[in-house]
Amino acid sequence: MSTTITTISTSDGADAVDRAPSPMRGAHRRWWLRPRFAISGTIVLLMILMAAFPQIFTGFGPGPTENCDILLTNQPPSAAHIFGIDIQGCDYYTNIIYGARASILVGIVVSAIAFGIAAVVGAIAGYFGGWIDALISRICDMAFGLPFILAAIVVLQLFGQRNIWTVIFALALFSWPGGVRFMRSSVLEVRNREYVQAAKLLGASNGRIIKKHIVPNAITPLLVLQTLGVGGMISAEAGLTFIGIGLTPPAVSWGLQLAAARDYIDAAPHLLIFPAIFLTVTVLGFVLFGEALRDEFDPKGK
Amino acid sequence: MLHTAIDNDERAVASSPIMELRGIKMHYPVAKPMPFAPKKVVKALDGVDLKVLGSQTLGIIGESGCGKSTLARVLSGLEKPTEGKVLFDGVDINELRGAERAAMRRNIQLIFQDPYASLDPRMTVEQILSEPFEIHPDLVPKGGRKAKIAELMELVGLNPDHLGRYPHNFSGGQQQRIGIARGIALNPKVLICDEAVSALDVSVRAQVVNLLQDLQRELGLSFVFIAHDLQIVRHISDAVATMYLGRVVEQGSYAQVYDHSSHPYTQALLSAAPELRQGSNTARELIMLQGDPPSPIDPPAGCRFHTRCPIAQPSCSASEPDLEETAQGHQVRCFFPGPLAGRLN
Repeated sequence: MSTTITTISTSDGADAVDRAPSPMRGAHRRWWLRPRFAISGTIVLLMILMAAFPQIFTGFGPGPTENCDILLTNQPPSAAHIFGIDIQGCDYYTNIIYGARASILVGIVVSAIAFGIAAVVGAIAGYFGGWIDALISRICDMAFGLPFILAAIVVLQLFGQRNIWTVIFALALFSWPGGVRFMRSSVLEVRNREYVQAAKLLGASNGRIIKKHIVPNAITPLLVLQTLGVGGMISAEAGLTFIGIGLTPPAVSWGLQLAAARDYIDAAPHLLIFPAIFLTVTVLGFVLFGEALRDEFDPKGK
Repeated sequence: MLHTAIDNDERAVASSPIMELRGIKMHYPVAKPMPFAPKKVVKALDGVDLKVLGSQTLGIIGESGCGKSTLARVLSGLEKPTEGKVLFDGVDINELRGAERAAMRRNIQLIFQDPYASLDPRMTVEQILSEPFEIHPDLVPKGGRKAKIAELMELVGLNPDHLGRYPHNFSGGQQQRIGIARGIALNPKVLICDEAVSALDVSVRAQVVNLLQDLQRELGLSFVFIAHDLQIVRHISDAVATMYLGRVVEQGSYAQVYDHSSHPYTQALLSAAPELRQGSNTARELIMLQGDPPSPIDPPAGCRFHTRCPIAQPSCSASEPDLEETAQGHQVRCFFPGPLAGRLN
């Protein structure tokens, strides 16, 4: 038998790796400067800003209902009113800027609610497995079976007076099953990792393991999925409002503007075109942003 | 640390078992190829009795698939055996619930094979090493934890200034040191090393093994050291057990198992390690085993090793031998124990 008594040495490179720890492993430096990320990020940021502080964009002029002149109606774009004037004689640019709030709020809040439900329920289903998982999965399957828009229409019908929050409620009610499934499968991947077993051996409770180890390591795909979903929710709101089942005046939203413009397509095409452009660009911005995030977090996608 | 047989025997008498496995069976169900097909199970462990003595190292050797890692999971309490008892200080760990179980768990810790996979990639080393004290807050008062963590880092030979780094900033050897620091944080009595050094470079491996030995001396730990590197097992172990197809086929002090191995399988295993052949007291011929180990779903009838045994007799397939003592503390599961030399056909 050899008689090697070595003092505890640090010579296996204890000081070797001298990289500063970066919060995003494996990501290239300045990833946020890549075109897709920069462009979609700018759109998303601009839209959120527009929803939060519309005054910035309208030059602190009067709000959507205060700058109307009933004598002027249906004017095409001009120097004074770059998007023209709508049926009510209101400045259309101001209206569209103020319309962002409803769309963005619905998109982000519904996605955030779906994210929260999916994170918690999916983590519980994936981590505990067994009958809990079976029960949750079957409920998801049933919810999946309902056509999303149709279900939202039915729920919205129940409300006489509809505002942003009723629309958010109706959309959030049916938007989570996909996220739950997604979260469940990524938790299944994480729950048998060795660091989870190590935490169990230290005596950690299930709650602690889920909170500290499972969720932080399994949440990224869901985060990306729900970011991609924001665009879908925005267009769902616009769609529901367009068919007259979503928001109702005096609310201001792109969906309402599109619905109002429907009757004047020949006389005033600009009433249709401008909100449609804003809606499309916003949805595209969120979808691209979600895809850029996905590529950034998923090393296999590169 | 110079081992001698006498030294080991004295220690073996002196200490009593801290952990004991009694009749452990671990059967995993196999997915049925079609409904109503006969139910099948993988018998990963099929009747294992082992004793881990206080402040000693039990080495476990055997081929891949013989149940070594399952043994580590059962010993550590990560899995409940299908049958049998896992005793710690005379108490069956799988009978405990709640707070008692959490308190007991502190005493048995596992060091994993893949050091990187055993550390949460989203936590800094400081967070990783604080976790044991957050789970057992009464162990170290809140104010003293930082100092305790720094002390742990120094104990395993890491720079406490690096506590703010993430696991991927460290080399494999360093990552395993972090894993060891976490494993000893709660002052366990038993540390199970499941191939804990197999993933490391040869030079780093020796350092980690030496670290483990130093810790054993300082903290009085018992080790269960599972490895396929026969030399390291010999270097670190006081007692050694050989496993084959979910069963212990030979056990004894390291000198008995390595230098006077009696089971043909142990001899074949040792003869396959080139470094151990030369310079060893007993000149060994290279004994080549034919084929792979049989499936643990349908283990052979009789002695499980008879299908590959170089000295198998017709009677070996009829009934299975028991684990019988051939010398003081040396047990062999074979009808014809003894050196193979000169008995090969």
